Amino acid sequence: MAVLNRNHDRCNEMNFIPARRRLLKAALAPSAATIVPVRFVSNASASVAEPGQYAYFTPVEFTWVEAAVSRLIPNDDLGPGAKEAGVATFIDRQLSGPYGRAETWYMQGPWKKGTKEQGYQLKLTPAQLYRTGITDVDAWCSKNGKRPFAELDAAEQDKLLHDLEQGDVELARAPAKDFFAMLLQNTIEGFLADPMYGGNRDFAGWKLIGFPGPRYNYVAEIDQYGKRYAMAPVGLLGRDGTRVKDT
Amino acid sequence: MATRLPPVDVVLVGFGWTASILGQELTDAGLHVLALERGAFRDTVPDFATTRIQDELRYAVRNELFEEPERETLTFRNSSDQTALPMRHLGSFKPASGAGGAGVHWNGQNWRFLPTDFLQRSHIEQRYGKGFIPADMTIQDWGVTYDDLEPFYDKFEYLCGISGQAGNINGAIQPGGNPFEGPRKRGFPLPPLKRSYGTVLFDKAAKEVGYKPFPCPAANTSKPYRNIYGAQMGQCTFCGYCEWFGCGNYSKSSPQTTVFPVLLRKDNFELRTHADVTRVLRDASGRRATGVLYVDAQGREFEQPADLVILTAFAQHNVHLLLLSGIGKPYDPKTGQGVVGRNYAYQITSSVDVFVNDIVNPFMGAGALGQAIDEFNGDNFDHGPEKFIGGGYVALWTTGGRPILQHHLPKDAPKWGSGWKKAMADNYLRTVSIATHGSVMSYRDAYLDLDPTYRDVYGSPLIRLTFDFHDNEHRMSKFLTDKAALIAKAMKPRAMHVNQREGHYTIVPYQTTHNTGGAIMGTDPRTSVVNRYLQSWDVPNLFVVGSCAFPQNAGYNPTGTVGALTYWAAHAIRTQYLKKPGPLMSA
Repeated sequence: MAVLNRNHDRCNEMNFIPARRRLLKAALAPSAATIVPVRFVSNASASVAEPGQYAYFTPVEFTWVEAAVSRLIPNDDLGPGAKEAGVATFIDRQLSGPYGRAETWYMQGPWKKGTKEQGYQLKLTPAQLYRTGITDVDAWCSKNGKRPFAELDAAEQDKLLHDLEQGDVELARAPAKDFFAMLLQNTIEGFLADPMYGGNRDFAGWKLIGFPGPRYNYVAEIDQYGKRYAMAPVGLLGRDGTRVKDT
Repeated sequence: MATRLPPVDVVLVGFGWTASILGQELTDAGLHVLALERGAFRDTVPDFATTRIQDELRYAVRNELFEEPERETLTFRNSSDQTALPMRHLGSFKPASGAGGAGVHWNGQNWRFLPTDFLQRSHIEQRYGKGFIPADMTIQDWGVTYDDLEPFYDKFEYLCGISGQAGNINGAIQPGGNPFEGPRKRGFPLPPLKRSYGTVLFDKAAKEVGYKPFPCPAANTSKPYRNIYGAQMGQCTFCGYCEWFGCGNYSKSSPQTTVFPVLLRKDNFELRTHADVTRVLRDASGRRATGVLYVDAQGREFEQPADLVILTAFAQHNVHLLLLSGIGKPYDPKTGQGVVGRNYAYQITSSVDVFVNDIVNPFMGAGALGQAIDEFNGDNFDHGPEKFIGGGYVALWTTGGRPILQHHLPKDAPKWGSGWKKAMADNYLRTVSIATHGSVMSYRDAYLDLDPTYRDVYGSPLIRLTFDFHDNEHRMSKFLTDKAALIAKAMKPRAMHVNQREGHYTIVPYQTTHNTGGAIMGTDPRTSVVNRYLQSWDVPNLFVVGSCAFPQNAGYNPTGTVGALTYWAAHAIRTQYLKKPGPLMSA
């Protein structure tokens, strides 16, 4: 029998490197499927001395997202928060890939608001929703005599995030509730996804909750009722999750 | 202009569970069978390797293995006075794309429907009277009985290597099994899976309340297994990555693990991937299918002639192809006339999250590792006082503890901030969830047709879904959820959180990929698209196979019944149709 086979990959944010670094990646990694951990890329690119450290965000946007995720999952007595776990990097890379571009979504018009039962009906892709939402929130701050979001104190940031969540803030273009919902969803994703995507650094999220990662075989442990599983977390890339040492 | 290709005996449209079984059975009968699959080829190695597949973000969150709405989606509305809008990304259900279909990414929860489920209208009328059925409820008998299907349920279970405990063998109730199941001729091929702590807690609590819990039948292998075709499976390791993932361990039954190893080696079988079928073609009489039209990855159009055309795509896609091809009379909800698109149904689910004191290690699990009670499914109880029709099982599944989508928090837990972190730290290892899985009856106003506005990637109208939950389903689901809460209480938890399904059906968030109807089976061409052998009434060399044939939906996961119906249809084709091609039933 004959099989026509084609590669199929719609989650390549893991491998995403901005265009200007592709040469560098090609030199280091002959296979297109090779994973280049973000830290390695960051370190390498520092010596290239080019502007633009991010896959999608501008520096202002990245700072905004770091500020927001620090409030959504703060650094506290229980351990590192989303910022320390690299969640802003995770979101940056997600938005640069097929997810950010809504590549698999149906994005043909006509566009109508619809009922809440009809789900997402915005013309904005996730990447566009972030860019629009961030600009809109800072514009709202300015209009209301406040400093930009990232410069507000924690209590003010919490208040504004809460108002976005409730839809109590009227933004110029981005629907506040939709923007907040996507931001929170992506923050939780980044905190709890495999570290190879840039977040959950040093397994911060998995250590917090007690998830050991893709350990694969629990035949011997599944009927040891009530007993805490002893092994430390691993990721798909191994014990340090990103295959690079902390600097 | 389409390029005309050399003819084949049989063309299968879509290459999931139903096509794999039909491919195997019809090549065994000596036919040259071609399967056309819109997605990519996928196999255990390399696509589902354990060093790759245990990735929640890629597979469960970003939907790697499923259909892309960009190419094919549907429009949705709750009622026909609304404007349907496209499902822009996957939500309530997740049909697959690619070889193996949804058989790759299911959990493996494999059930038989009850004998009375197949007699939905006549049984209810006989026990409760005709007036018990609401006027707008369009339920009907299937045209096959449980006894007809029993040998084929058996065959599918021995194809898959189901792990389980029989509850009824030839009428004799078996200890530890489901005493409400229909009689089976023999036990399951494999013993039940080891129990997770969560299922042990449920078992104890359900017994305290007075129910008869049993291990759920699982298409996850409790031991190594060699199936009816000689395919070898390995023992499940409880890695907790079944639903939304392929199995890298040859432990979850799928076309890849149970059929491909044999079928793909045959000279009289051919698979073409990235072959998207857009129409069924007919001759001038309209009574004979001549083949199908498909588009390949380069956008080239081909005409594939075939003597026998079998639609084996996902439920609504089969219906879509019938409507686009003009086969059968489209259903009109105003008059109640017409059949194609009629009796779309779904399922109604709810859950009770139970926050227990002990560590339950939720990440150790398997897709069908569960303990259930069946007292309130189908017509296993007296519906007279309840005044609704249908039911479902109540089960505690321990499918895995994948952190992004499978964490549960108490009702009062903050959604973000330090409070969220603390709630995650306090609860992740100490939470189980009890699920209810309820039937949905068919109604005059729940149907599929072609959308007047939105188009797919080929410019054809999208299929349009008009559907909402009815009062009958809400009351039934509330009844089931109350039973789940009783069991949860008996577990003496720190806290519990009842997630009752309320209000309108909504296309988000995920509920279940148990879409049914639209090309239903029956014994009367005025109320069914296919006869009791899944053969088109209008075009006798066209068969339409899958859950689209269900006249309404029962309170169990549908795959076992889809598998049984497929073997039933394959048997009819082999033993009757091939000897005398033509209608197998007179209209």
